[in-house]
Amino acid sequence: MTDTLNNEEANMSQTLYERIGGEAAVNAAVELFYRKVLNDYRINRFFDNSDMDKQIAKQKAFFTMAFGGPNNYTGRDMRNTHAHLVKMGLDDSHFDAVMEHLGATLVELNVPANLIAEAAAIAESTRKDVLGK
Amino acid sequence: MVKLTIEENTYSCQPDETVLDALLRENVNISYACQKGTCHSCMVRSPDTLPPEAAQAGLKNTLKKRNYFLACLCHPEQDMIIKLPDQSEFYTEGTVVVNEMLNRNTLLLIIAFKDAFEFNAGQFVNLQRADGLTRSYSIANTPQQSNTLEFHIRRLASGRFSEWLHDEIKAGDTIAVSEPRGHCFYLPERSEQGILLVGTGTGLAPLAGILTDALAHGHSGPIYLFHGSREVEDLYRIDEMRQLVEQHQNFHYIPCISGNHVPEGFTHGRVNEVALASLADLKGWRVFLCGHPEMVNQTKTMAFMKGASMGDIYADAFHVTQEKK
Repeated sequence: MTDTLNNEEANMSQTLYERIGGEAAVNAAVELFYRKVLNDYRINRFFDNSDMDKQIAKQKAFFTMAFGGPNNYTGRDMRNTHAHLVKMGLDDSHFDAVMEHLGATLVELNVPANLIAEAAAIAESTRKDVLGK
Repeated sequence: MVKLTIEENTYSCQPDETVLDALLRENVNISYACQKGTCHSCMVRSPDTLPPEAAQAGLKNTLKKRNYFLACLCHPEQDMIIKLPDQSEFYTEGTVVVNEMLNRNTLLLIIAFKDAFEFNAGQFVNLQRADGLTRSYSIANTPQQSNTLEFHIRRLASGRFSEWLHDEIKAGDTIAVSEPRGHCFYLPERSEQGILLVGTGTGLAPLAGILTDALAHGHSGPIYLFHGSREVEDLYRIDEMRQLVEQHQNFHYIPCISGNHVPEGFTHGRVNEVALASLADLKGWRVFLCGHPEMVNQTKTMAFMKGASMGDIYADAFHVTQEKK
């Protein structure tokens, strides 16, 4: 351990990603979340499960972003990667369903409500880009 | 500044660069896409150097063990020798010592080598004919069993390579064998974990290797092997598997027939459906899927939905090479 003052400063300035539990939290959340998504007839057609390993990797990137973790997604990335889904009919109702599963997953993992709200707000902030509006 | 070596060429990697940055700057032809560790397009291997931990984030344990890493996440800590995925391979000459039929269309081929052949049970190699024709086959034995490799070769209708092996190759002939590949193998850890093995046809080859390896390591969790084909004549090693059931309390063997003629002692149905219906929950299980690509892909999703973690699902889809007309 280094000196206490620095640690206290670090705690005060910890990011949501750190407070929520970092990569371990992402790993715990991803599979729970993705099972919910694939079980949901409203949205599972948007998730191509032909390559499950790649899908899981993508969901990890999604959770890392939602937890405010290290990522370099831009609004343009969000638009480009979801453009083909918008053509398939992706709209607000589907975005809402994903938000619902995100919240349920974090509740299941006993993440405190205030942190869930922060993560939901980050995910919500991508809505326009994801839906190509 | 560290040095990156690919075959005969050496490149420098600047302190702020990833391996991918450096190779792209040097105009090395390497596949890549997302550049943030998500797509795994730029996965490469450093056979002799342990890659930095951060460059292996999210990879399967068996890939980590073989020093695979993501070039886009790798800030090298030391000089590295790197193998790109499509780099030419090193072949070893082996001699055919056994060629006999396992059933009406599957050949047992055993190839012997002068020196020990290093591999993990369940991996595959490329076999190459003198004219360069090359096909991938899974290894069916374990490295502990002398300097040999065992293969199960199904005769494919107008399959040039399998016909050659079935009709022309005989004991004493030599054949070129590549280095072992693939990450569908057993790691001796979490020995109390349940193991599910599902295979169609010669998908039994890698599964038999994995099974032998797990039993040899004293794996104590339940091990279920589901082997399927359309007709009973296309299954093989049935008696050997039943014998293993007698010897190992934790091993269960369920041969499945999808066609209509189902003799006693066999289960009727598609092998993956029978397997998934037999096991209520796969949470915490390790799953190995080998054989027909469609079966493998479907079962991957099914096993995941039943609770298996993606990191614990190992798959080897047998793609048939399309012959050029």
